[in-house]
Amino acid sequence: MEEIKLMKGNEAVAEAAIRAGCDGYFGYPITPQSEVMEYLTAENLEERSGMIILQAESEVAAINMIYGAAGCGKKVMCSSSGPGISLMQEGLSYIAGAELPCLLVNVERGGPGLGTIQPSQSDYFQAVKGGGHGDYKLITLAPASVQEMADFVSLGFDIAFKYRNPVMILSDGAIGQMMEKVKFSKPIPRMVNLPKWAATGKKPGRKKNLITSLYLQPQDMEKHNLKLQNKYREVEKKEVRFEKYLCNDADYLIVAFGTCARVSQKTVQLGREKGLKIGLLRPITLYPFPYNELNNMANSLKGIISVEMNAGQMIEDVKLSVNGKVNVEYYGRMGGMIPTPEEVLEVLENKLIKNG
Amino acid sequence: MAKIQGAIVVETNNCKGCRICVEVCPTNVISMAKEVNSKGYHYAYMEFPEKCTGCANCAITCPDTVITVYKKRVEQ
Amino acid sequence: MAEYNIDEIIQEKNLVYKKSKIRTDDIMHYCPGCGHSTTTNIIADIIDEMGIQSEIIGVSPVGCSVFIYNYIDIDWHGAAHGRASAVATGIKRMLPDKYVFAYQGDGDLAAIGTAETIHVCNRGENITIIFVNNGIYGMTGGQMAPTTIEKMVTTTCPHGRDIKTMGNPLKITELIADLPGSYYVTRQAVNTPANVRKTKKAIRFAFESQKKKKGTSFIEIVSSCNSNWRMPPVEANKWMEENMFPFYPLGDIKVPKE
Repeated sequence: MEEIKLMKGNEAVAEAAIRAGCDGYFGYPITPQSEVMEYLTAENLEERSGMIILQAESEVAAINMIYGAAGCGKKVMCSSSGPGISLMQEGLSYIAGAELPCLLVNVERGGPGLGTIQPSQSDYFQAVKGGGHGDYKLITLAPASVQEMADFVSLGFDIAFKYRNPVMILSDGAIGQMMEKVKFSKPIPRMVNLPKWAATGKKPGRKKNLITSLYLQPQDMEKHNLKLQNKYREVEKKEVRFEKYLCNDADYLIVAFGTCARVSQKTVQLGREKGLKIGLLRPITLYPFPYNELNNMANSLKGIISVEMNAGQMIEDVKLSVNGKVNVEYYGRMGGMIPTPEEVLEVLENKLIKNG
Repeated sequence: MAKIQGAIVVETNNCKGCRICVEVCPTNVISMAKEVNSKGYHYAYMEFPEKCTGCANCAITCPDTVITVYKKRVEQ
Repeated sequence: MAEYNIDEIIQEKNLVYKKSKIRTDDIMHYCPGCGHSTTTNIIADIIDEMGIQSEIIGVSPVGCSVFIYNYIDIDWHGAAHGRASAVATGIKRMLPDKYVFAYQGDGDLAAIGTAETIHVCNRGENITIIFVNNGIYGMTGGQMAPTTIEKMVTTTCPHGRDIKTMGNPLKITELIADLPGSYYVTRQAVNTPANVRKTKKAIRFAFESQKKKKGTSFIEIVSSCNSNWRMPPVEANKWMEENMFPFYPLGDIKVPKE
């Protein structure tokens, strides 16, 4: 039975985690996402699902607790914002290298450095192009509503366990803090049977399980990397998700995710009122990026604009997608500023239509 | 009167020649062989086996557990 | 006087001690005479004696003992440098009925891992931390460690550790003993049979204590690193007795009252 609640994006993540049968949350406070852990610590978790929650001494400790818990085959997650996610990069590389499932939530804030607590999308590169060392990928989901903040928790866990890879929900401070209606589905119980690969105690009849990312011999290391790459090719084939708004007859396309997609949807409406055929492509998975879809769409477009709350990061993937077929421009705000629908339309008109 | 007679068996090829067993043997049974094993280490051996009491000091202190210890009660 | 007949002595029924079946056949990569080797054997012996091979998970560090998972036939989780106790926390919180231990060297535990070490013991996680202190960074070629004693020579203090510019050697075990969350804290060694037996007792007590859920057991094992100290194994042990033991005295530091 569905339940409808009015809550903040951060709270929705927490509630969804309990209902998704999450086994553990290990985190550290940082604005603008501390509500995730606060919500969980306020709930009677022992009664609800028995989920474990622990506030670690740092994000470094938190991600390593996640790494340990994930190695037991458990559904575990944590949330943070840019500076904390930076601290977690080593741990994420280890988790990906050891092929463990887990869920991360980055409620982005302005950076670089200590930055600001206002929202941004400037951790796109960090999430999608690899913030940690080595050849690995973070499967990245970009919610654009409080409902998606909730829905992507169980989706994220499913994908994480399917591919034995960390998954990130790349949100921003606006979505984390805004309040909207959320429909929650019935809770599912926590897993009883743990995966065969998990380190849970070597029962008789099987070899010891070792959770590791260390392959000292180069031949072994390359073999392992090829295995990971094959996995990522599967992810790229099967897990691309996006949403299109008024694209069928569009001459000009906005590509935007998260909060910028919400703003841009209004821009499309404003543009259409003026007689401009604008559409919006909202990538839902940032990795895997909808390269093929965008490449196909480019055949009938006169221009594309990438709208982001950063200095121009996703635009590189947009340009890669279209491979020179059509002009790609950028518009963005930084430092916690959120673009308005009107200013996006003005820039689109200037860059794509007047000068295009 | 009963007496304990001990003996050790050394996995000579895995011995790394650290000599700690020589140090800890209370009856000075063990010495290092003049020969080397295939890894180039002088390995431990019982030079005076009759003195071995099977106390296992050598085996439990051997970093590489290459020593197996036996002991038997014999009548004098 | 009874004749010495070796064939009559070397028989299965006369067995006193042999390598534990929990130890694998892999040849340990440690240098000859290394305290890590002996400690690894002791842990395997205890797991065997307690019959908990299927109930225990070890967390291995970065350092000379990075490959410990190849030598003991249990489930293992390899941690990033310094993070073993955080990883062990994650495991123990998920599987509270299993035995969980973290095995770390001095850089891993007392340099990069200081925060995790202190907080794990502060929270009183019901795990065992086994800390091998040889006052030097072995794997990376002999650099100074937080536990390097004054005037000791390493590759990053080639004129000897100078307290004024490099700080004091860190007695982290004493710090841990001060935390209410630590349940049993002891400092041992494995250079002599007597010390090996004491260390075995300490590790066994620590593992058994996990079931009492009364806090963290912390066992420091002062060891030699003969390769990086540039001495043969027996001489290194002597140097350790003369120089390390006075600064890091052996014995129980915190013993539960029951």
